[in-house]
Amino acid sequence: MKFRHYLESITGVGIYPMVSLFLFFVFFTLLAVWAIKAKKSYIDAVKNIPLGNDNDNQ
Amino acid sequence: MSNTLQTDKFFYDNKIVKWFAYATILWGLVGMLVGVLAAFQLVFPVLNLNTAQTTFGRVRPVHTNAVIFAFVGNGIFMGVYYSLQRLLKARMFSDFLSKLHFWGWQLIIVLAAVSLLMGYTTGKEYAELEWPIDILIALIWVAFGVNMFGTIIKRRERHLYVAIWFYIATFVTVAMLHIVNSWEIPFSAFKSYSWYAGVQDALVQWWYGHNAVAFFLTTPYLGIMYYFLPKIANRPVYSYRLSIIHFWALIFIYIWAGPHHLLYTALPDWAQSLGTVFSVMLIAPSWGGMLNGLLTLRGAWDKVREDVVLKFLVVAVTAYGMATFEGPMLSLKNVNAISHFTDWTIAHVHVGALGWNGFLTFGVLYWLIPRIFKTNLYSQKMANWHFWIGTLGIVFYAVPMYWAGFMQSLAWKEFTAEGQLKYQFMETVTQMRPFYMMRGIGGVLFLLGAIMMTYNLIKTVRQGKAENDEAAEAAPLSKVYEDHGSHHWHRWIERRPVQMMVFSLVLVAIGGLIEIVPTFMIKSNIPTITSVKPYTPLELQGRDIYVREGCYTCHSQMVRPFRSEVARYGEYSKAGEFIYDHPFQWGSKRTGPDLARVGGKYPDSWHFNHMYEPSSMSPGSIMPAYTWLFENEIDTAITPAKIRAMQTLGVPYEEGYDAKANADLMAQAEKVKGNLAKDNIQVKSNKEIVALIAYLQRVGTDIKLEQKTTASAN
Repeated sequence: MKFRHYLESITGVGIYPMVSLFLFFVFFTLLAVWAIKAKKSYIDAVKNIPLGNDNDNQ
Repeated sequence: MSNTLQTDKFFYDNKIVKWFAYATILWGLVGMLVGVLAAFQLVFPVLNLNTAQTTFGRVRPVHTNAVIFAFVGNGIFMGVYYSLQRLLKARMFSDFLSKLHFWGWQLIIVLAAVSLLMGYTTGKEYAELEWPIDILIALIWVAFGVNMFGTIIKRRERHLYVAIWFYIATFVTVAMLHIVNSWEIPFSAFKSYSWYAGVQDALVQWWYGHNAVAFFLTTPYLGIMYYFLPKIANRPVYSYRLSIIHFWALIFIYIWAGPHHLLYTALPDWAQSLGTVFSVMLIAPSWGGMLNGLLTLRGAWDKVREDVVLKFLVVAVTAYGMATFEGPMLSLKNVNAISHFTDWTIAHVHVGALGWNGFLTFGVLYWLIPRIFKTNLYSQKMANWHFWIGTLGIVFYAVPMYWAGFMQSLAWKEFTAEGQLKYQFMETVTQMRPFYMMRGIGGVLFLLGAIMMTYNLIKTVRQGKAENDEAAEAAPLSKVYEDHGSHHWHRWIERRPVQMMVFSLVLVAIGGLIEIVPTFMIKSNIPTITSVKPYTPLELQGRDIYVREGCYTCHSQMVRPFRSEVARYGEYSKAGEFIYDHPFQWGSKRTGPDLARVGGKYPDSWHFNHMYEPSSMSPGSIMPAYTWLFENEIDTAITPAKIRAMQTLGVPYEEGYDAKANADLMAQAEKVKGNLAKDNIQVKSNKEIVALIAYLQRVGTDIKLEQKTTASAN
């Protein structure tokens, strides 16, 4: 497969990174909203997973 | 979580952790020692030892590969294998795969060291290893992945703690980066050409290179930080919510940062801008990680005073914060215009590498070894000495390099009142020597600390007894997931590691695709220059010698569009000039001058003398002598295979040229020989030096130079 220039130019190619940034922004916003609203009991439980190991040598 | 009384009894595999720990220490010492050698070769060129295998150009990639893939690599696996089992409450999926992974990785390291010193290099930074080793890396990486995912699937803890997402993202992204950047066409048992050329090769290379930093040096170590720091401080991470947010932001944004290695080069402007913008945005998720780490210790700073392990971890996380602020600053074009090609970049790298990677590794080792051997650390005092000596080493490394880099850059740019360049390149090199000396001392201090650690840990091992299999007990996962109330999507994905892997891959792929695909598909990004022609067979052989000797580690081939550079070197570099360069050789550092327009600047005899003894043509030069090029003969047997490989890559040699290539090669070699004879130099036309001269005389001559005076006037 030889790399050929399939297109002379793409007019308005800037739309692709903009779409991608927009998608990520939406994803990130939803994620942030969830992370802020998550229940404290759940957060506390997961936070302590590395500490909860009674099997480790003291 | 579960109320059942039925628990599984099993064992954590500590033996594999122990082996990876030993390997980490061994390769750390090797890598740092080679680094010290390389550092002093720049001060005392005699340390190149007049032997091909010990020249800086070959030693430097051994150092980088050793510290990144051997030291940090084994450190990653040590941390992952220890923490993964305990976070998931499950033994590693397969003891066989664990061993295969371990021995396979060490084999890769040994092959790397040997092949790099022998000159088998792709000429692409941090991806120097040739195609057989690349295949081995892919296989061992898959073994690691299967082992890791197998463990995740058979876990007894349903929720995937944040460290594990970092491990998953690491696995997936490193696989993607390695496969894409290592796409190369072999032309012999040990050598290949990059599938990509010129600007495109540069973009793929630095998309890879920066993400090697992101996903090999950062994400796995963040995962390790998220496990070991809370564990050692015995308090949970400051904000789990923050860790969720900064994880996803980090892996999405990091990928786009690659072009910040290519600012003011021939890379299209839009790609440079993307690189800058995303690099600056990266401050936020990076500092999210740093703050999370440091704030975990809030209220417990007195523990840091007592515990040497915590001291190492605090400095590590702080160094991470410093490096992830400096990096985005260096990605601003106006700052980069000063820093690129200088020792400032080196300083930046080593703050991260010595501070973040080094110190986090040391801290974990000091904690882990005593635990596995069920004893105390042999000497707290010695570990404290290590901490202070190591910290001093980092300071002695970085500060001289900051000073040197800034100074050299300003010197390169300075004009006299009459409008002439004030300093010859050579003068700026001579000014560097004291700083290189101080940096070398910094490196020695850092190595000294590591040696003390090795002694300390050996004594610790000797006084303890390894618990290779650590008994553990945990309830198996209940078959039905108990709903804990509000059912949000992130918890959905935390329970589904495979989906997490796929989703991470999609996210990291986006940045790469958007930046890379257009440069391949769209003509206007690489405007063709009709006068640019493929290299002749002799020039191609010469270029491959240039790559083999690692010339790009000291010499750049990229004139930036600055008045000072155009005045010093000639017309600035255009994208279309590099279309046949497999691989590109733009370089990252100017220990020596840029060579992009060296073609035709000096007579053949100048190059002959310079390669034989650089200080004969450049008094005060720190460049090593390349005397073996005058003994070795050009490998003409391989010319046809090289031409055919290039033809497959789309370089327009005519059909059937591979059969005629050597005839052209020898004819051109005779011409070079004739030129040298005019200056009273006798040499056989089949020696490698002839090929190298032919290549150097070709570099940058494809476009005419008459614009030089016009450009200076602009």
